[in-house]
Amino acid sequence: MIDPRLAVIDTRLAGVRRIVAVTGGKGGIGKSTIACLLALAAADRGLRTGLFDLDLTSPTDHVILGAPTGFPDEEFGIDPAMHAGVGLMSLALFAGSTPAPLRGDALTNAVLELLAITRWGELDLLVLDMPPGLGDTALDAMRFVPRCEYLVVTTPSTVVRETVRRTLRLLKERGAPVLGLLENMQVGESGTAALAAEFGATVLGSVPRDDALEAATGDPDALRKTAAAAALRAIAPL
Amino acid sequence: MHEYALADAVIAAVRKTAADERLARVLRVEVRVGALQSIDEHTFARALDTVRPPDDARFAAVEFALSLVPVRCRCRPCGAEYGPEVGAEADAHGAEAIHFVPELAHSYLRCPRCQSPDFDILEGRGVTIGRIEGERDE
Ligand SMILES: Nc1ncnc2c1ncn2[C@@H]1O[C@H](COP(=O)(O)OP(=O)(O)OP(=O)(O)O)[C@@H](O)[C@H]1O
Ligand SMILES: [Mg+2]
Ligand SMILES: [Zn+2]
Repeated sequence: MIDPRLAVIDTRLAGVRRIVAVTGGKGGIGKSTIACLLALAAADRGLRTGLFDLDLTSPTDHVILGAPTGFPDEEFGIDPAMHAGVGLMSLALFAGSTPAPLRGDALTNAVLELLAITRWGELDLLVLDMPPGLGDTALDAMRFVPRCEYLVVTTPSTVVRETVRRTLRLLKERGAPVLGLLENMQVGESGTAALAAEFGATVLGSVPRDDALEAATGDPDALRKTAAAAALRAIAPL
Repeated sequence: MHEYALADAVIAAVRKTAADERLARVLRVEVRVGALQSIDEHTFARALDTVRPPDDARFAAVEFALSLVPVRCRCRPCGAEYGPEVGAEADAHGAEAIHFVPELAHSYLRCPRCQSPDFDILEGRGVTIGRIEGERDE
């Protein structure tokens, strides 16, 4: 039995110049926030930008960007939903807030299906918002999108750094390109530089702790005006 | 019609096999369509015909043999095996969501015995390819 979807992934991504996965070892460290701000920053620079929410069981990019859910347009596949200049694909477009309790093969199949049917078209940048950790979807991204580059989010927390170290070790072992570490919720000196040095990785810079993000959630224009967005724009590896 | 994207995937996979096996002509391709995805067989046959590469002589005489595979699920907590009827058990929105991404069965369908969303889809999920028959030149 042949799975036809595997044969078409490269074709679907052929028009995408660059794919950047925003990852990190732990939950709640700001991966989705950074992924959304990165996508907005890229779109604002005139880059054709897509955002693929790969946190299948807890998608939030539509919430951060304030994108309405609803079935995407379909013609010879499905089209990402354009919102604030960014083409979004997310399971939330189909299921809204209905829970999607997925595990194992179901996670992989959902990723494969979306990779096989989504027409990203010509893009300068496709941002992948990864779920926390090194589970199914992290492995699927490595397997199905091997050319993807990794932007690794960390925070000043020692606990977070330990999980990010594991992520970096695996990426290094697999020879996956690491764009660099981004320290989110920066508050002062931290161990990020030392961690980057351990892996010969670059520190892209930091995004400060910014309490204005909460009120700006769901409003792309307000997000663009936050100090976090400004800090990210200054260091975004675009 | 997002079916075209899946039909396109079938063609891409068959082309790859034809190249790997050095087939000069592909004669028959078994395409199994899982009932979970509620893809209409005729629609899919038409989609395959539409996306078939007209300039690729290997495909001039290909026949796509479509068959519909019934859905079989097994509940993890209680072990029940069952065959859900998407049309009858999910509302219209849920059925359409499952049509796009079959894994959303876990959002809109439940085990008939214990109501769990934690089941494995054993069969009848989506589009797969069975036998590919063709011939080589001498
Ligand atoms: N620099 C920051 N300053 C203040 N709050 C932040 C910052 N970055 C993210 N947050 C907030 O932290 C919370 C978690 O962020 P986010 O959802 O982006 O994390 P995540 O790593 O994607 O989490 P998960 O792993 O669960 O997907 C959100 O409420 C977000 O607004
Ligand atoms: Mg997230
Ligand atoms: Zn059950």
